[in-house]
Amino acid sequence: MDALDLARWQFGITTVYHFLFVPLTIGLSVIVASLQTAWFRTGRTEYLRATKFFGKLFLINFAMGVVTGIVQEFQFGMNWSTYSTFVGDVFGAPLAMEALIAFFLESTFIGLWIFGWDRLRKGVHLACIWAAAIGSNLSAYFILAANAWMRNPVGYEVDPVTGRARLTDIGAVLMNPQAWSTYFHVIAASFVIAGLFVAAVSAWKLMKERWPSDGAPTPHASEHELFRKSMRAGFVVTAIAGMLVVASGDHQAKLATQYEPMKLAAAEALWQTEESAGFSLFAVGDIQGSRNHINVQIPGVLSFLATGSPWGEVQGIENVQASYEQLYGPGDYTPNIAVLYWSFRLMMGLGLAGVAVSVAGLWLTRRGRLPGFTRDGAPAPAGRAHRWMYRAVVAALPAALAGNIFGWILTEMGRQPWTVHGELLTAASVSPGVSLGQVAFSLAAFTALYGVLAVVEAGLLFRYVKAGPGAAMPYPDETTPEPERRAPAFSY
Amino acid sequence: MDLPTAWFLAVAVLWTGYLVLEGFDFGVGMLLRAFGRDEDDREVTLGAIGPVWDGNEVWLIAAVGAMFAAFPAWYAATFSGFYLPVLFVLLALIVRGVGLEYRVKRDDAAWKFRWDLCIGLGSLVPAFVWGMVLANLVRGLPTTATAPGPGANTVVTASLADLFNGYALLGGLVTTTLFLLHGAVFLSLKTDGPVRYRARRFAVVTVVPVLLLTIAFLTATLALRLPSWTTPVAWAAGLALVLAGIALLLGREGWAFTATATAIGGLSVVLFGQLYPELLVSTTDPAHTLTVANAASAPYTLTVMSWVAVVFLPLVLGYQAWSYWVFRKRLGGARVEPAVQ
Repeated sequence: MDALDLARWQFGITTVYHFLFVPLTIGLSVIVASLQTAWFRTGRTEYLRATKFFGKLFLINFAMGVVTGIVQEFQFGMNWSTYSTFVGDVFGAPLAMEALIAFFLESTFIGLWIFGWDRLRKGVHLACIWAAAIGSNLSAYFILAANAWMRNPVGYEVDPVTGRARLTDIGAVLMNPQAWSTYFHVIAASFVIAGLFVAAVSAWKLMKERWPSDGAPTPHASEHELFRKSMRAGFVVTAIAGMLVVASGDHQAKLATQYEPMKLAAAEALWQTEESAGFSLFAVGDIQGSRNHINVQIPGVLSFLATGSPWGEVQGIENVQASYEQLYGPGDYTPNIAVLYWSFRLMMGLGLAGVAVSVAGLWLTRRGRLPGFTRDGAPAPAGRAHRWMYRAVVAALPAALAGNIFGWILTEMGRQPWTVHGELLTAASVSPGVSLGQVAFSLAAFTALYGVLAVVEAGLLFRYVKAGPGAAMPYPDETTPEPERRAPAFSY
Repeated sequence: MDLPTAWFLAVAVLWTGYLVLEGFDFGVGMLLRAFGRDEDDREVTLGAIGPVWDGNEVWLIAAVGAMFAAFPAWYAATFSGFYLPVLFVLLALIVRGVGLEYRVKRDDAAWKFRWDLCIGLGSLVPAFVWGMVLANLVRGLPTTATAPGPGANTVVTASLADLFNGYALLGGLVTTTLFLLHGAVFLSLKTDGPVRYRARRFAVVTVVPVLLLTIAFLTATLALRLPSWTTPVAWAAGLALVLAGIALLLGREGWAFTATATAIGGLSVVLFGQLYPELLVSTTDPAHTLTVANAASAPYTLTVMSWVAVVFLPLVLGYQAWSYWVFRKRLGGARVEPAVQ
């Protein structure tokens, strides 16, 4: 273990942790804004109640996304100062734009939305949540453009005097095919997560209505219809977003063929260049010996994914390694093959499982049906109770979130051993003046704090889901006159 | 003015905006338990910054982003050089931010108390550390340099003991106490009832000691490099604090807030003014010193960034000003209907 290893672990842990909250912020901001728009247009209380209920869950998640995001901007300078010095001229620009164009918008308008319910006109207040949602969705573009540049550096040259990269074409950096393709993939995957979140919360509430815990209060009569609708809406969002994930993922595979052949080959454990390469479902290999003992494949599918033709040629690890040695000199240019191979499968498997649950859910709830209930919302006889559907929907959320995370592990580990492909090795990117002890201390501090906050955040989310929409916005017949209060409620 | 200088100015403006705006957020956070004797008072205290603190914090993100884009070597050398202090700022900002959002999420005194501690400590640490870091940047740091190659840069070799020198400690103390005063004045302006009363009394009592500390620090800062064009700015900052005291005694809270904001802004101008044209001063080898000229990004990058800033910064200022206008009312005076949400 040296400072480099710990710095890599720290980047991995803090970034993965940050990304647990990001997709929900991106997708749920738009869903909450849409619910509020529905209320604005129809004036129906149930939309307002749904806005407030999901809005609270959104804000609990949003806070974590904001605070863990700050770490990212400093971490490049703290642990990766050589990298930062080398790339800042190119990489810093999208980061600064992200703050100036997106974060100010997001943070200012989220404050206005939270505290503006009784201070702003309805239409203006609605515009605030849309502005925040646009800010969230916009911010992703800049950071993904920066990330894409590391995988496919464009629009720059290296200054021979200073030894730093120098931006020559901002258009090329922002229109990098890797940038916009990844953007669609990440945004679509975020909507898969957000849709599943809404569906899972709704499914859990319906399950508790149909199979209540001992002593649990009966939910308000209107909640059955609210959650039936919101579960369906969550399924629809996830199913549509799922199609876009698949389409953009297909495009990503083709870009990888072109720009990151090593990542693609390693993710498939394809050792030698093949024509009409098969898609591996399961493999046990010998990484030192560069071969697979067992490899269950579907013929031609990898070639089809990578090139668009089932007979296309896909480069193998050893061939790419040989060509990189010619280009960049002697060295080992293979990433961690086992990690890539399994991340790729877990990303696809878990992500698609989440989408499949939603598609199946749409079928099971077609035309007003609801497993476990009769048409008028009464509990159906025990024999027809499909409790498993609700459980599957709840389980689909963590599964799809894990799929998202494995996608990032594939992306980042697939770029190794480089931080900037072809220009700077990860091993050469680390801060020279930062000691092992310092990195170990910060890694321990972040991990411990993040662990505690994860428990707190999950507990809070669960508490608010359990309390239900009535707690977010009391039902008229249940409200009792509040005691006189001097302070405005600082509750949101 | 050449482009690197313009971007140094931009970075200084963003840092100044951050210190002025988050300054009162930090002050309010540190004073939360002191002024908020009961839950109603604490809600009033935090309600004053609730809608705006998140937007204020983005000034830091923008300032650091601008350093990264415009002066990569400065960004890299500074944040790796101040590794542990910056780590504590990050941990503090995390627990403060989560505390501000989560403390009201449960009706439980122990839960609230724990988050109040996080908010207090999470405000104190950055208030102190940023003052210390800026002071050390102006004073200079021991350095070495990496071998030439991709990403070659100056490397700060200061130990923690080097960073905790008397001048830097005074800097940290000055930002902390200035933010306390600034936060108290902000509360006296934005609230009514017991919180306003306590805040005003605190501000009146502390303004003189804060003035003396600030004068000492400004004098030491000017003495680092004389003659300095920032001397009149330092005078103005001191004068602003005197005027803040007078305004407080006259009960003119708006003027008092303008004065403390001016003092913090003036202090920031003096620090960045004394730093210019250097960015990170080496005390071991002048060849390692990072300057606006040798650390700047290429003209093309700076031109692109200038266009982005020219278009978007006025927009940001516009909607942030509007958000302050929306929440201009005092909190906690007459009985206020509980917010719907």
